[in-house]
Amino acid sequence: MEETLEKPEKPVSRKKPKMTFESKGRTVYYQLQDKIFKYFALAATSLGLIVLVLLLYSVFSSGFDRLDWDFITSLPSKRAAKAGIYTAWTGTLWIMFLTTIIAFPIGVSAGIYLEEYSSRSRMSNLIEINIANLAGVPSIIYGLLGLEVFARFLNLGASVLTGSLTLALLILPIIIVSTREAIKTVPYTLREASFALGASKWQTIWNQVLPASVPGIITGVILAISRAIGETAPLIVIGALTYVPFAPTSPMDEFTVMPIQIFNWVSRPQKAFAENAAAAIIVLLSITFVMNAIAVYLRHRSQKKVKW
Amino acid sequence: MKIEANNVRVSYGSEQVLKGITMSIKKNTVTAFIGPSGCGKSTFLRCFNRMNDLIETCKVEGQIMIDESDIYHPKVNINELRKSVGMVFQKPNPFPKSIFENVAYGLRINGVTNKKYIEEKVEWAIKQAALWEEVKDKLKKSAFALSGGQQQRLCIARALAVEPSILLMDEPASALDPISTTKIEELIYNLKASYTIIIVTHNMQQATRTSDKTAFFYMGDLIEYDDTRTLFTNPKKQKTQNYITGRFG
Repeated sequence: MEETLEKPEKPVSRKKPKMTFESKGRTVYYQLQDKIFKYFALAATSLGLIVLVLLLYSVFSSGFDRLDWDFITSLPSKRAAKAGIYTAWTGTLWIMFLTTIIAFPIGVSAGIYLEEYSSRSRMSNLIEINIANLAGVPSIIYGLLGLEVFARFLNLGASVLTGSLTLALLILPIIIVSTREAIKTVPYTLREASFALGASKWQTIWNQVLPASVPGIITGVILAISRAIGETAPLIVIGALTYVPFAPTSPMDEFTVMPIQIFNWVSRPQKAFAENAAAAIIVLLSITFVMNAIAVYLRHRSQKKVKW
Repeated sequence: MKIEANNVRVSYGSEQVLKGITMSIKKNTVTAFIGPSGCGKSTFLRCFNRMNDLIETCKVEGQIMIDESDIYHPKVNINELRKSVGMVFQKPNPFPKSIFENVAYGLRINGVTNKKYIEEKVEWAIKQAALWEEVKDKLKKSAFALSGGQQQRLCIARALAVEPSILLMDEPASALDPISTTKIEELIYNLKASYTIIIVTHNMQQATRTSDKTAFFYMGDLIEYDDTRTLFTNPKKQKTQNYITGRFG
């Protein structure tokens, strides 16, 4: 069989073929346009990367020598060489933990409600627009709200809890919006299939919609928390201190966080404090990177469970 | 009569898409709904398991009786109704889970936890859908690893696992190749012994091959409803004649 399929070899023509399809006129212009845009995009991408690399280099070169175990476990001090970030990073972890616990269930539930339960009415449109707007409100406004409502009215003071509640409010819109976006990507046919088998709305959401949208939800939540741990302004407004001689042990304790500590050190004239600040930035960046790594891992794991 | 529809009218907002349909369907028969796109046949099909309820603007009037009970009665539990009226959709829509879990889903949401029972029921359902030999060694694999035709038979198995008495099929083979289509049609023929089947189709050969009775819909009206052979060889209405001979549609 195979022999019959083989074609006799054609003589290869060595003559240069007539060029019918060479570029001319407008096509030359379009090709040039293509190239220009490609290099422009490349330049834009590299610009961002170069700035990041420069920043990392400058931070590492001035702060890396200062970074040791003592720096991480020491309390703050007036002498730069003795000062550490123990209270700052424990404060940051506390804030991170409490903010997540408060914002995650509320944000995800609100997202589910808006996407799955609420009917398309003028009211829901209004809520939708407002949530989108809230995501753009400057964080210091949230600080003022937290100061008035949590610190003063509820009498929680400048505590970890006040800080967490304030930051939870700040990141709620982000979590709600990303939850909705994640739920929107779940095809309607999946819900239909579930309903057609007699599943209730909640069974459909719990068994089909949420598992399929978990990767997107987790990504949104982690991005939101990463934003929260970088915030300084609202925490300063509610009264978080720059000097706390002890690490918080309960939600009602006073606290400071990494960005405030860094801000405090950067604003001092001595070079030694600038080195401290650089070292603290390295730690803060590490926390953020670890968070992102966890996000990638969780996303990967939940994607494996959903067998597309 | 298994199903009796009495003056069923459906509208989306202000647009009426079904203008009073009355028909009855016998137990253990296959009924084909044919008609041009937008004639209301799919909408009518979705009245029997109240899938139209999911669309906010959709309003259903009239009466549909299944086993002599009014399925639009306020006391009807819609989830119970859908358990006894299974549905297969136009595009295969398996869940992003394993083959086994796809079929077990209907049992699990019913609160069945007995592992042995679930395993038996899943095997039974997949065998009913003539898919067992092809998937028995890869039940743990993703349903998306199957071909389109296999996915559609998996969806049929998934619907059968909750033991419905009626099976609604909305153009079940329109997204499949000819060989898979043949398999689905054979399956429909074999399932007739135990289920009452309604199939919406654009393919008139398919209607003649699979169904006992055929209903021709046009612009929201039921034009003609008769034995399949009679309807295709000796239609009483001119519109039916025009449609089945391909003059429009």
